[in-house]
Amino acid sequence: MEKHVVVIYPHPDDEAFGASGTITKFRKEGIPVTYLCGTLGEMGRNMGNPTFANRETLPEIRKKELIEACKVLDVELQMLGYRDKTLEFESRDEVAERLKGILEKIEPSLVITHYPEHAVHPDHNAFGAAAVEAVSRMDKNKRPTVWAQAISMTHIQDLGEPDIVNDITPYLKTKMNTILAHKSQAQGMISKMKQDSEDFEATVKARLGTESFYTWKF
Amino acid sequence: MNWMEQIHIDKVQTELNRFLNKEVYVHLETTNGAYASHFDDKAYNVGAFIRNAKVTYQHAKIVGINGAYRVGLKMDIGWVYAEGINQYEVDNQNRLLMAGHDREGRLMVTLEISETPFSY
Repeated sequence: MEKHVVVIYPHPDDEAFGASGTITKFRKEGIPVTYLCGTLGEMGRNMGNPTFANRETLPEIRKKELIEACKVLDVELQMLGYRDKTLEFESRDEVAERLKGILEKIEPSLVITHYPEHAVHPDHNAFGAAAVEAVSRMDKNKRPTVWAQAISMTHIQDLGEPDIVNDITPYLKTKMNTILAHKSQAQGMISKMKQDSEDFEATVKARLGTESFYTWKF
Repeated sequence: MNWMEQIHIDKVQTELNRFLNKEVYVHLETTNGAYASHFDDKAYNVGAFIRNAKVTYQHAKIVGINGAYRVGLKMDIGWVYAEGINQYEVDNQNRLLMAGHDREGRLMVTLEISETPFSY
C-alpha cells in the first residue's frame, strides 16, 4: 500500500482529466495525496462557453476552480506559481531542485507526472522531465516510484503498452465532478463529447474510464 | 464581473483614443492552442504573445464589419496590429481588453491596453 502520493502536473485540470480516478482510489484507501500544480493555466484559450472569462480574469477563475476540484478529490494542494506556457524556458535544474526539496519534505512512496516528450503540451513535457529529474537526484533508497503518463498519439508505438492500467469506472462520478469543477475548461470538452456521440455515458466511459501510466525506469 | 460585449465600433474607437500619446502597456497574443496538431496531424501549432510591451501610439483605428474587426496602433517607429477581434470590455482597472473568440468561446486573438503593467 502507498504511504503518500504526490501528483505533479502543470495546469489546473490536468489532474482531473489525467488522474482523478486513480487519485480517488487512493483517497478511498485513506492514502494522503498532494497535488503540486505548476501554473494557474493563465494562457488557456477556453474562456467558458459562452465566454465568462478573459485573459486577465482567467488566472483567478482557474485558481478557484482548482481549489474546488481539490475539495472534490479531497487532496492537499500546493500551487507553485510558474506561468502557463513558460515552463520549458525555465531552468530545468532550478525547477528540479525545487521539486526535489518539496518531495524530500513529503517523502511520498509514489509520484504521478507526465511522461517527458510523450505528453503533447510543452508544459507537460517540461514539468514531467523536471519531476523525473527531481526524483533521480534523490537518495536512491528514498526515491519514490514514478508513474509517468503519456498522451501522445504515438506513445504505444514508441514506448509499448503502459504497465499500469487502472480501470477507474467505479470512480467515474468523482472524476466527472472533478472535471466539472474546472467550469471554464470543461464546457468545451463536454459539449464536444455530446456532439460526437449519441450515447454520452458510453462515450464518457470509453474516453475517461481508464488511466494508464508507465513506471519510470531509473 | 464585467463580461465581454460585441464590438461597438464607435465605443471602441473612443476607448482607443483615450490612450493616445500616453506610455501604455500592451498584451498582444494569438494562438490556436497547444493541441492543434495533436487532434489534426495536418495542422500546425502556432502562437505568439508579448506581455507588457511598453509603447506609445499617436494614432489608432478599429476597422471592420459583421463581427470581424482589425485594430491598428500607429507608433513613431512601427505598428501594433491585431485581426479577428470580435469582443471587448473596459475592465474594473480601466484597461481596454479586446479579443476574438471562436464559436466554442475559445480565444484566438487578444489585444489589451493598460496604463499600468499587466500581472506577470
